[in-house]
Amino acid sequence: MELNEIIKQLPYSEPFLFVDELLSADENGVTGTYTFKENLDFYKGHFKNNPVTPGVILTETMAQIGMVCLGIFLLNNELQSDTVIAFTSADMEFLKPVYPNEKVTVISEKMFFRFGKLKCSAVMKNEAGQEVCRGILAGMITKRL
Amino acid sequence: MDRKELTEKLKEIIKPYAANTEAHENLTEETDFIKDLNINSANLVDIVLDIEEKFDVVIDNADMERMLDVKTAIEIIETKLAAK
Repeated sequence: MELNEIIKQLPYSEPFLFVDELLSADENGVTGTYTFKENLDFYKGHFKNNPVTPGVILTETMAQIGMVCLGIFLLNNELQSDTVIAFTSADMEFLKPVYPNEKVTVISEKMFFRFGKLKCSAVMKNEAGQEVCRGILAGMITKRL
Repeated sequence: MDRKELTEKLKEIIKPYAANTEAHENLTEETDFIKDLNINSANLVDIVLDIEEKFDVVIDNADMERMLDVKTAIEIIETKLAAK
């Protein structure tokens, strides 16, 4: 499957799209990247005069690359208008700060995809290859809830 | 395994997912997972996967769709166990 096709199917847009590129996708997992542009709005307030990427945004980035992109791949690229996506749980650890203009790589492995629930184990690395964030994420990608 | 034993085992599986602990304490065969225990569809999947593991059975999509209350869950597990 064309990796760009997966990104085109994502139900997000600016300023809440946190996927730039997918490097690989298969039955067992995905790898993708995102660069946190310095003009992203939340940097104005997190923190005052000291921009650091919020943990919730790192979590969202992990979910969009690691879970939603993988889910679209597993559904054979068929994200249709009646497909429901819901983020249902995350158990995260934040290991290092991520600053504006940093490029991160998310590597996600499928734990299971059954009855519409996709559960993944994912890590996020910075350009130096250091783990900045890791966790277990789950969501529903299904025709109905 | 008799029905009472099976119900107790199922009750133990459900416990970590039941948002309504009082309804879980008072669980009967009539208890509905979603309406009574406030379990969402994502946790319902976890319960079904735990049932598969604990009872060593395989639940298919059709069973999953019906498994919305304790009574139906027990009946499905009993059928699966009998078929083994």
